[in-house]
Amino acid sequence: MARKLPATDVVIIGLGWTGSILAHELTGAGLSVVAIERGPWRDTATDFPTTYAQDELRYHIRHDLFLRPAQETMTFRNNASQTALPIRTWGAFMPPNGAGGGGVHWNAQTWRFLPTDFQPRTHLTERYGAKFLPEDMTIQDWGVTYDELEPHYDKFEYLCGTSGKAGNVKGQKQAGGNPFEGPRSREYPTPPQKQPYGPTLFAQAAKEMGYSPFPQPSGNLSQGYTNPLGLTLGPCTFCGYCEWFGCGNYSKASPQTTILPSLIRRPNFEARTNCEVLKINLDKSGKRATGVTYVDTSDQEWEQPAELVLLCAFQLFNVHMLLVSGIGKPYDPGRGEGVIGRNFSHQVTSNVNAFFDGKNFNPFIASGAIGMCIDEFNGDNFDHGPHGFVGGGYMGAVQTSARPIVSTMTPPGTPRWGAAWKKAAAENYLSSYQVVTHGSCYTYRDVYCDLDPTYTDRLGRKLMRITFDFHENELKMSQYLTDRLAEIAQKMGPRQIAKRPRTGPYTIKDYQTTHTCGGAIMGTDPKASALNRYLQSWDVPNLFVMGATAFPQNAGYNPTDTVCALAYWAADAIVSRYQKTPGPLVQI
Amino acid sequence: MAVTEVHFQYQTRRQEEPPAEKDEPSTSWRRSTASGLSRRELLATTAVWLFFSTTSARALIVKGNLPWAPNAGAPPRPVRPGPWVYFTPEEGAAVEALVDRLIPPDPQTPGGKDAGCAVFIDRQLAGPYGSHEGLYMRGPFAEGTPEQGLQSPVTPAERYRQSLVALDNYCRATYGTPFARLSDDQKDKVISGLEQGSAKLNGANAQVFFEQLLTNTQEGFFADPVYGGNRDMVGWKMIGFPGARYDYRDWVERHNERYPLPPVGITGRPEWVSKGN
Repeated sequence: MARKLPATDVVIIGLGWTGSILAHELTGAGLSVVAIERGPWRDTATDFPTTYAQDELRYHIRHDLFLRPAQETMTFRNNASQTALPIRTWGAFMPPNGAGGGGVHWNAQTWRFLPTDFQPRTHLTERYGAKFLPEDMTIQDWGVTYDELEPHYDKFEYLCGTSGKAGNVKGQKQAGGNPFEGPRSREYPTPPQKQPYGPTLFAQAAKEMGYSPFPQPSGNLSQGYTNPLGLTLGPCTFCGYCEWFGCGNYSKASPQTTILPSLIRRPNFEARTNCEVLKINLDKSGKRATGVTYVDTSDQEWEQPAELVLLCAFQLFNVHMLLVSGIGKPYDPGRGEGVIGRNFSHQVTSNVNAFFDGKNFNPFIASGAIGMCIDEFNGDNFDHGPHGFVGGGYMGAVQTSARPIVSTMTPPGTPRWGAAWKKAAAENYLSSYQVVTHGSCYTYRDVYCDLDPTYTDRLGRKLMRITFDFHENELKMSQYLTDRLAEIAQKMGPRQIAKRPRTGPYTIKDYQTTHTCGGAIMGTDPKASALNRYLQSWDVPNLFVMGATAFPQNAGYNPTDTVCALAYWAADAIVSRYQKTPGPLVQI
Repeated sequence: MAVTEVHFQYQTRRQEEPPAEKDEPSTSWRRSTASGLSRRELLATTAVWLFFSTTSARALIVKGNLPWAPNAGAPPRPVRPGPWVYFTPEEGAAVEALVDRLIPPDPQTPGGKDAGCAVFIDRQLAGPYGSHEGLYMRGPFAEGTPEQGLQSPVTPAERYRQSLVALDNYCRATYGTPFARLSDDQKDKVISGLEQGSAKLNGANAQVFFEQLLTNTQEGFFADPVYGGNRDMVGWKMIGFPGARYDYRDWVERHNERYPLPPVGITGRPEWVSKGN
């Protein structure tokens, strides 16, 4: 039996990037906020000190910072003819856990989406005709534009101190930046990171081929930076332990380094950690959230009443929470109806390994977002007409790490063990280099999430079931991007390359990215979206759902900058409009 | 109902105590448990446990200040040399022989055995990894497609136990001797048979065991030496990885130059670390 707690203005489920941003904005507007976080409290000094944070086995191989599947997982199948089975150990993506969420262990690659990424259906139909898109492709416009989000992108990047070089300031092209990006209101807060050898060679080769290479925007900072909240980050030292790790150096933008020390001092904020929300409670009408029920570590259940509920967990868990709370109509792929679980997507990445003679890349001198990229093949930056697919991605030499358990490369044809493997590993570690593509993933009628009929979590709730496979459009795109990348890699002068385009079927075993998207998407039509353009639930107006959950499909960039811009966009709508007139912010 | 019904129990935020190894006493970080802190220290933090519980991770209210407490982190516990913790002597001999063929010694770099890969695997199997701790292990179990990943209820520790017995039986039946006493050529032939599935192990899946063994061996060769493998950082020296360093700012723009400093691990450099106990 749940014991009832005193009501609060706002309850937040999940204290990652979006929970921290919303909590900061809403406490700043005078509201009392309680954040309920399933994982532990985490801070830099305690949890990732530089004395032992550089531990590949513990953090990467054994998943120390991540949610334990025993606590919550999903089932997976490639298509509806299969029986979904539980994801027993993480593979394709790494669900976060604890204060800071994925902001603790991201690579800090801080990209904006292209302006046309927000209206893909309208834009692609206008340019290529409606028949150019596959019949079962379900991409949608977002209901929000790049220009509307620009101030919020800017706010997040200045919170983080993002290091980069603008390519477009107020419509004026800037030499050295990404010429394809949407207009920025101002330059990045800090200059780009210094570039190691590999990205430098890549940029030279790309430039000789007529492309416009630019430094990847990085949340690992090139210099010290004090953000608008008064919090100071230090310069990145290129240790090479970013993704999968917490930064012990206060150099990586995270809720820990950019928000939480300020937020926690506010008397109208409180976090409850190691407390797991079981469901969002609704009143009898089903149209109003009354708060949440959560369980603490002694198995005591608590009811936390609130005027406003903000669902800020990781994308997959937001969708699961909506499904188990009975909010919104579950998606039915047969009829193509319903909104919760539809338009699920991931990311389509690939790489080319290049093996050199007489070069030393010192690949371990790394940072999660250090590198040189080109954007000629992203979004609709090139004419897709001759190619028969839509979408694209950036590509580049991004020197995130060379931790030896995972990163020791050997040329194709090398045995996997024995003297020949050992010799090849010894000879190629310093002189081989991997370049990557990072591509979009569009959505399809038969790719979705729902509740699994068989498997349950430790609390007795049904697990969420993921039905996902790559479609021909994405595989063609990956082949095309990988071919273009291989041309640049070849120009870098290796003795041998290995092209590795993404191929199907999608596997849950091998890490791809933690950029799962969709399932409760934003849009303009309540029949085809769960959220309106302010991330407000169409069905329950005092519920807002943050995160990549709202992405109608995924673009060819890392999602965090857009996730956080949307959080600021929603926070602004809540403070400036919803608080004055609680109720639906969009009338149909 | 009033919030005062919540029974606050002050404690530090230490979450999980790694299991003590059999052969050593508790170490100093345990000072951070509640009993070792004065009441003054306890009240100095505004981080409070929502409920006292004997479970390893407890609910916590964080308000007013960051819940920092001294010595609250969880550094890794170094593996000490010594007898097998999980393996029987026969299993240990077989694994040493296996890892020394997967990574054979050469004039520059020791093989898997002298690099400590078998010790690494033994200690890993005795710990959370060996028992699939934290993984989703509810049934029903079904075979699934390759894309659906791990679906077996067999834990890594169980898999080694079952497979090593079966391997020795296979070698006795085929060559008249357990694996560890085969010639190098015979060992390589057996390992290739495991890899390709042509060597059948009674009661164990040879290919699944091979994949696990190869993965764990390379983990042991390249993981921080604190876990018992990569002894004297031989794996890191072999490839040129400088280890747990933290600052390359002076070197990031020195292109195509060999980084000059030798590797360090979490516990320092080999010559700083006492050997043998």
